[in-house]
Amino acid sequence: MIGLYLPGRTPLHRAPAGLKLALLALGVGVLLTLDDLRWLTVAGITILGLYAVARVPPRVAAQQLRPLLWFAAFLFVVQTLLTDWLGATALVVRLVLAVALAALVTLTTRVSAMLDVVEVLLGPLRRFGVQPERVGLVLALTIRGVPVVAGVLGTVRDAHRARGVGGPPWRLLVPVLVRVLRQADALSDALIARGVDDEAERRTRR
Amino acid sequence: MTALSTRELARVAVFAALIAVLGLPGQLLLTGNAVPVTLQTLGVMLAGALLGPRLGALAVLSFLALVAAGLPLLAGGRGGLGVFTGPSAGYLVGFVAGATVIGLIVRAGGQRYRPALGLAANVIGGMAVIYAIGIPVQAWLTGTSSLAATAYAAAVYLPGDAIKAVVATVVAAGVHRAYPQLLRR
Repeated sequence: MIGLYLPGRTPLHRAPAGLKLALLALGVGVLLTLDDLRWLTVAGITILGLYAVARVPPRVAAQQLRPLLWFAAFLFVVQTLLTDWLGATALVVRLVLAVALAALVTLTTRVSAMLDVVEVLLGPLRRFGVQPERVGLVLALTIRGVPVVAGVLGTVRDAHRARGVGGPPWRLLVPVLVRVLRQADALSDALIARGVDDEAERRTRR
Repeated sequence: MTALSTRELARVAVFAALIAVLGLPGQLLLTGNAVPVTLQTLGVMLAGALLGPRLGALAVLSFLALVAAGLPLLAGGRGGLGVFTGPSAGYLVGFVAGATVIGLIVRAGGQRYRPALGLAANVIGGMAVIYAIGIPVQAWLTGTSSLAATAYAAAVYLPGDAIKAVVATVVAAGVHRAYPQLLRR
């Protein structure tokens, strides 16, 4: 599956994922406190500079913000009506910058590196019964599961079409879900057969 | 909290994948191709209604973890950390709470899925709970009034979600009939 990661070898790409995430949290925290348009301009130029350092093509950078477009327009209109256009501008700019900064971390960090950070962060939760390596397994299985589930959906849709079954498209969902649940059971059998420990079941059997 | 059995773990992963697939473009649209209402929140409702509170919430969490890690799995091909600093961040967090509440309400009805209770669960968990978290967070993140955020939710999310709550109930009832052991612990 294709992630949002943009391959590259810039300093931003090579920085550790954990560090980038920590700086992102800090950066967004600071952004949310900025009200002054002058400071927001400084922040905007800084983020633009970071995009340049990461060598993100302008087209890709624009793509990150496109989903925000309608909401930003709506927000600007409402906020102009409620307060004034200066405040509305600051609001929209702050929002766009926060999203742009976060998107930059995503663009420069591999999915696998992010998932490794997740496992590390879950480490302290071990004493509460969380098993980081099993969380990692679930996430890996989910990634593998996306094309599998899409395939099930396609098969059921073709079967319905071939038999000329009409009706609303969501009617496909019942057979799709039943198949998906069966696949999950088959998957767990396969995992157990391959030695993935089933501690919970062993405990009940004891 | 006991550890997940391998069977539960597989269900969580497969449902997380299902939530992702329901948001992929062109997979399945609720109203044909005229109005692009995606089915992602339908997946959230189904996770709670079919897997129960714990596994349902874990499935949503796994899905969100992969979105945060940079896979474009949210409806409209969105993903990455940007969506968690954007205006709909609260709604995403609300998904987890929503699936939990739906699961708890459905569970409270016993081992058979009752459609009336299921519909109530989808409306309370899948809409009220998600809005209750999504709207204030949107207002806070954007620094605007809750009124504007509420108006946005009412215009953009409410009509589609109301249809999805009904569809999720019908679908969940069908799946529970075909797979009756789901609500058994």
